[in-house]
Amino acid sequence: MLNVYDILETIRMIQDECLDIRTITMGISLLDCIDSDIDKACDKVYEKITRCAKNLVSVGEGIEKEYGIPIINKRISVTPIAIISAACKQSPVKFAIAMDRAAKDVGVNLIGGYSALVQKGFSAGDIELINSIPEALSITERVCSSVNIGSTKTGINLDACKLMGKIVKEAAEITVDKACFGAAKLVVFCNAVEDNPFMAGAFHGVGEPDCMINVGVSGPGVVRAALAKYPDANITEISDIIKKTSYKITRVGQLVGVTASERLGVPFGIVDLSLAPTPAVGDSVAHILEEIGLEKCGAHGTTATLALLNDAVKKGGVMACSRIGGLSGAFIPVSEDAGMIAAAKCGAISIEKLEAMTAVCSVGLDMIVVPGDITPDTIAAIIADEAAIGMVNSKTTAVRIIPAIGKDIGDELDWGGLFGCGPVMKINRNSPSKFINRGGQIPAPLHSLKN
Amino acid sequence: MRAVVTVIGKDAVGILTKVSGICTEYNANVTEVTQSVLQDMFAMIMLVDISGMNTDFSVLSDRMTELGKTLGLSIHTMHEDIFNSMHRI
Repeated sequence: MLNVYDILETIRMIQDECLDIRTITMGISLLDCIDSDIDKACDKVYEKITRCAKNLVSVGEGIEKEYGIPIINKRISVTPIAIISAACKQSPVKFAIAMDRAAKDVGVNLIGGYSALVQKGFSAGDIELINSIPEALSITERVCSSVNIGSTKTGINLDACKLMGKIVKEAAEITVDKACFGAAKLVVFCNAVEDNPFMAGAFHGVGEPDCMINVGVSGPGVVRAALAKYPDANITEISDIIKKTSYKITRVGQLVGVTASERLGVPFGIVDLSLAPTPAVGDSVAHILEEIGLEKCGAHGTTATLALLNDAVKKGGVMACSRIGGLSGAFIPVSEDAGMIAAAKCGAISIEKLEAMTAVCSVGLDMIVVPGDITPDTIAAIIADEAAIGMVNSKTTAVRIIPAIGKDIGDELDWGGLFGCGPVMKINRNSPSKFINRGGQIPAPLHSLKN
Repeated sequence: MRAVVTVIGKDAVGILTKVSGICTEYNANVTEVTQSVLQDMFAMIMLVDISGMNTDFSVLSDRMTELGKTLGLSIHTMHEDIFNSMHRI
């Protein structure tokens, strides 16, 4: 039955290799909080969040104790606020304040969903929300924001790209005294998913039920440690080792999700099998790629090894849980990964390489610090590029870049904790303005016609 | 319902007695013990039936962790489900 070796392996994974549950995220629908009176609506939002999530943190802590597995974050995601606030016909910043207050009162560290879905154009509530993002992110602590500007089915909203280029820059400028942290809480998506438990891009899609628990697992250190035992394995064997290891990692996520769901009386949604790094030693995705055999992450061969890793993680995880979802793959946030930070600092990895990597793994250009004098149109073009990769490859891509206002190559931004630190990376300074200012919609690709 | 208590560290006199003493205190029944000493390193795994326990899981777990600290060992108390789910399809 219970095997001594297995028990010691589990304990070693947790103690030494940083196996943990990265997040339990409760998704809460706010559709029943809609009211044309903004103050009434915000009260309903506060009441619903605090009612649904009142036991989230304590249940999470109980599970941590019982299974001995750290659950790093308990978080909340809500229905895109642009939808909830549309009837109010004004800036929805008050919603952000209500969300922030609710998050503090239930004890979660981040709340996502200050979001808009504009992949085919702007509707009521969208423009007001988007324009309010910099202010909302600067006056709140825990609120995260996202905007979906494209999809395989609808194409890419180039007007939204241009607008978001401006908004990202403003979010950084307005929080310049907090190391431009505002831009670290804002994600621009293509093909955003409705059940992603990871921040800053989490929101509770309108197709989701009233309340749901989603779990995000992690454990890049565990995968790396497993690979380190087989320095002479061929690449097929490497893929196999990753699959088996991610099976085990994901099983923990499944167990935690099911248990949390029972104890909270909330349906269990999905396990997101993403390998999410932290800046801590031994918790790096880049180091897995280096273990597979690259001198430094960013070298030629990075895209291929990442493709292998991403695929093996998914295959291993699929068997391990009843439902998968979210983003599910490997994350490459630069400032949150010790190996990435090192590679960026020594110049081994560039934005162009990171862009190539986003074609084969789940996230996008994530937590990348760029020079503070980057123009809004350049940001818009970076967004358009990432969106194109996502749109054509039918995958989710995203951009979360942080303009380091007043800083340039050689400087860095440091936020500490899970957000880490990042050196300013080089961008291409040729202007894309004429392209961006044409506006309109990049049409959906041919292969989106699937009926 | 069973818990798995794993004790890892440097071998010393009386570890088994002290750990099972805490289990007895809380009416938890030790059903299986396995241990190995490799050179100086001691690893003991106990399966404990906690269905009749007269306290919360976290109380047992905290006591075990504290005991570990006083003895200079690491003691992990975990519900068996985590091992059952991870290593089995």
